[in-house]
Amino acid sequence: MTNIAIVDYGMGNLRSVSKALEHVAPTATIVVTSDPSVVKEAERVVVPGQGAMPNCIHELEIRGLRGAVQEAATNKPFLGICIGLQMLFEESEEGNIKGLGILPGRVLHFPSSAMTTPDGQKLKVPHMGWNQVHQTIDHPLWHGIANDARFYFVHSYYVETTESQPVAARSDYPFPFTCAVAKDNIFAVQFHPEKSHVAGLMLLSNFANWTPHFADEAS
Amino acid sequence: MGLAKRIIPCLDVTNGRVVKGINFIELRDAGDPVEISRRYDEQGADELTFLDITASSDNRDLILHIIEEVAAQVFIPLTVGGGVRQVDDVRRLLNAGADKVSINTAAVQNPQLVADAAGHYGAQCIVVAIDAKQVNKTDNMPRWEVFTHGGRKATGIDAVEWAKKMQSLGAGEILLTSMDKDGTRNGFDLALTRAVSDAIDIPIIASGGVGNLDHLVDGILKGHADAVLAASIFHYGEYTVHQAKKYMAEHGIEVRL
Repeated sequence: MTNIAIVDYGMGNLRSVSKALEHVAPTATIVVTSDPSVVKEAERVVVPGQGAMPNCIHELEIRGLRGAVQEAATNKPFLGICIGLQMLFEESEEGNIKGLGILPGRVLHFPSSAMTTPDGQKLKVPHMGWNQVHQTIDHPLWHGIANDARFYFVHSYYVETTESQPVAARSDYPFPFTCAVAKDNIFAVQFHPEKSHVAGLMLLSNFANWTPHFADEAS
Repeated sequence: MGLAKRIIPCLDVTNGRVVKGINFIELRDAGDPVEISRRYDEQGADELTFLDITASSDNRDLILHIIEEVAAQVFIPLTVGGGVRQVDDVRRLLNAGADKVSINTAAVQNPQLVADAAGHYGAQCIVVAIDAKQVNKTDNMPRWEVFTHGGRKATGIDAVEWAKKMQSLGAGEILLTSMDKDGTRNGFDLALTRAVSDAIDIPIIASGGVGNLDHLVDGILKGHADAVLAASIFHYGEYTVHQAKKYMAEHGIEVRL
């Protein structure tokens, strides 16, 4: 039985994600797959993503993975990374495309008019490098990770949530933006835990051991 | 507090070994790439860059194995460049575990390659490497030209204009090497670095000439670089990456410590 399925929809470097998971969960069966039935049967699902969101959604659809990903987002530990976070939302400015609509909000480009520091220095886009992650909630995936620890980011679009409820962390570039969300069995991050050294490996280890509480199980 | 400036050790790889040259020639062995990568990772390197300087294609696949091995042990971003000529080269490097691929000569020969690679894999993984050399001697109006083929061939292209063009085609980052400074240990070409950085909106990595820690500080503060790349000061154990970061922090630069 597959413990962790990494959803492969043909976009970029999935090897990093699988290597990092193998490193933190050496006894787990981890597969990189584009087979919807493997995703459906897996205990846990990771949806990574790089590149342009319209291509990602398109590739997900032509491989018949959209349904399996949507289902996984409702019923098992689900980790979205980068575009895997962005596609959970309703729509994106990138190609004006609809997302999966699982979480309320939209994906916006860093506005060039805002990209300066208080002392007037230009901030580059993509937002590339190690930035601090301010945790806004207590969550099992943050266990053992210092608040304001640095994670590796590389992105030009960010998520604007319409409700504060799913926000799990924010970063500043130069304004505060949502860099992690958590809802029931879903945890999704804008940064790349698989490339974020000790803090990133801790987050992946926490995910491999996470037993989420579902809202409808609450008594 | 916000985004940290990055320190990137660079590993020039040929025949499976890390080497270091002076002004692009006179190679000297610096060790095993996997071992060196692990050491820099432990020291707190923010990324690693591998440049495959193998001239013949016979040994080209060696770098794929090295990247696979490094990617299984080192969980920070890896950039790989050298000999990238087509979109399929980008795919193979990404599949081996590279996070970013650096394109140099092929971008000049076929700028559409940058657009195609960025269009398919995203701007975030396409770095355009520019080897630039000052072509006039008047320092109040300096002009730099792009060179290709490991610095052997002049192109007549203005380096600042070229960086802007690469950004417009979809490059996510510029790796800018001063050929005048590379291997000299006299510091970055700060005027070049600043001219390119101020002209573009994507991040820029300054490269070529680092001989001490003040050079790294200058690259950020005076050159306006978003990241600084160095090789020999780290390879031969003069400084650790951690020492470099502490020094930069003492000079008011935000770093990941």
